[in-house]
Amino acid sequence: MMASFTFDGHPITFEPDQTVGAALFSAGLTSLRTTRRRGKPRGMFCGIGVCFDCLVVVDGTPSQRACLVPAASGLDVRTQVGSGFDELST
Amino acid sequence: MNSRHDGFDICVVGAGPAGMAAAVHGAESGARVVLIDASESIGGQFWRHRGDVLSPPSLYHDADRFQSLAVRVEALVRGRRLTHLRNHHVWTLSASSEGCLVRSLDRGGTGQPAETSVVSRRLVLATGAFDRQIPFPGWDLPGVIAIGGLQALLKGSGVVAGPRVVVAGTGPFIVAAAAGLVSQGGHVIRIHDANHPRNWAWHARAVVSAADKLREASEYAAILGNSRVPISHRSMVITAEGTDRLERVTTAKLRPDGSVRPGTEHTVDADVLAVGWGFVAQLELPIAAGCEIGAARDGSPVTIVDRDQRTTNDVVFAAGELTGIGGAALASVEGAIAGIAAAGSLGIANDSLLGRVPAFERKRTSGRRFASALDDVYPVPAAWPGVLTDETVICRCEEVSYAEVKQAVTLGAHDVRTAKLLSRAGMGWCQGRMCSFALERILPDPKRAVPDVRSGLERAIAWPVSLGSLASDPEVPPCEQHA
Repeated sequence: MMASFTFDGHPITFEPDQTVGAALFSAGLTSLRTTRRRGKPRGMFCGIGVCFDCLVVVDGTPSQRACLVPAASGLDVRTQVGSGFDELST
Repeated sequence: MNSRHDGFDICVVGAGPAGMAAAVHGAESGARVVLIDASESIGGQFWRHRGDVLSPPSLYHDADRFQSLAVRVEALVRGRRLTHLRNHHVWTLSASSEGCLVRSLDRGGTGQPAETSVVSRRLVLATGAFDRQIPFPGWDLPGVIAIGGLQALLKGSGVVAGPRVVVAGTGPFIVAAAAGLVSQGGHVIRIHDANHPRNWAWHARAVVSAADKLREASEYAAILGNSRVPISHRSMVITAEGTDRLERVTTAKLRPDGSVRPGTEHTVDADVLAVGWGFVAQLELPIAAGCEIGAARDGSPVTIVDRDQRTTNDVVFAAGELTGIGGAALASVEGAIAGIAAAGSLGIANDSLLGRVPAFERKRTSGRRFASALDDVYPVPAAWPGVLTDETVICRCEEVSYAEVKQAVTLGAHDVRTAKLLSRAGMGWCQGRMCSFALERILPDPKRAVPDVRSGLERAIAWPVSLGSLASDPEVPPCEQHA
């Protein structure tokens, strides 16, 4: 059986040495977060850790660059809404 | 947790073609060298790969050069003459005759990244480049990616983007990346290059001295021809559309000045749009080190270096794309010169390597001639802002629209810095890396002699770090001088 992590609860399989972003892109999941100001969908853009557009929540920590995080079995990856700290906003 | 590595003669930042060559030649000269890089594997973006080898080989050019450098890196590391710090993201540095301090975050472990400090007597900066982008309506939609991102997916993770891909922008790299995708079973609907290769006719001398580039170009042409991938010249993307992701791409033919030729618009359904307009050098670290920045022929900012690849800061050398976009072959030659010169500046030398310097210098001359011809043949069309609408996002991070940038101009912003302060464009996560070039070209100041990109790049911290890292004190005394 192929190794997998979850994205918003759904299993995503990956190959050795793939990043979280690459595994999601391969699965056709291009939209990874919504923006802070206008709530627009965003996904991987530069693909090399420069643009910070592919931010996701990994095991509860927001603002992780999906294109850099190595895929690993059992990771809990989630769509990032806004800053990822919206529950703290007043 | 903090860790500290000191006692090095030379610290090389970046393990791409330039950094690998600098580390190898510095260490083989007899210097104690540390090579610090953000990736798990050496090779940088150009030789990005999975596992230990470049595979499949057809995806890589200059694979022999990589193998020979990689073998030397490995031998030097095994012989304890070279230290390789992988997964280390450099976020700030200082460099003077007192010593050089490079601070980074080690992201190799699980959990919180660990702060690492490296102390050396000389620095070689080889941080490379990323894709240059210009905004257009819909470029922020998921499914629109940088051409370098498309290639990183392929080389780094074995992912063939698709199923239906449009490639656009300008220059040989978009063709190379498209050929790579097609060779691995991808489907490229069409390549749109805003320029025309006919312009090479003006640069015969540069081309003749770069026969390997011609061979490479003809290989790509063969792959694309066999797969029936059409190329449109003087054509560019004007909009990307879709609800929550890319669904359609509209392109148009261009007039000689780069403005859209009305009536030539054409729309196709697509899943992925990969765009690139050449490259932007990663100049944060040379700027942090106080190195003087100048302008390349096309106005892009570059680090000024002398014949030894030495910057205007005496203890700092720079090699590769930082000193002008020129590709991997030129970068590795510059890296070799920088490594030998950095060691030499400390009185450390190896006669057989010194003997090779004149040959390296000749290769550098022809490489630079080819690179400046590339700038001339593949410019960003001057009239590109014509595709922008008021709603087009200019700064992706802070979601600043073209209308908001124009408002900042109305309020008096004539330079990148003022535009940033008034509109927030360039103030987000990416620290202006994606929009500075575009912003600078949008601002109207005919008096500006030298492009103003530097003011968009100046930042104390090269990458976002946690407050904990900022607060941590490396407690590093000035470097001991090993006379």
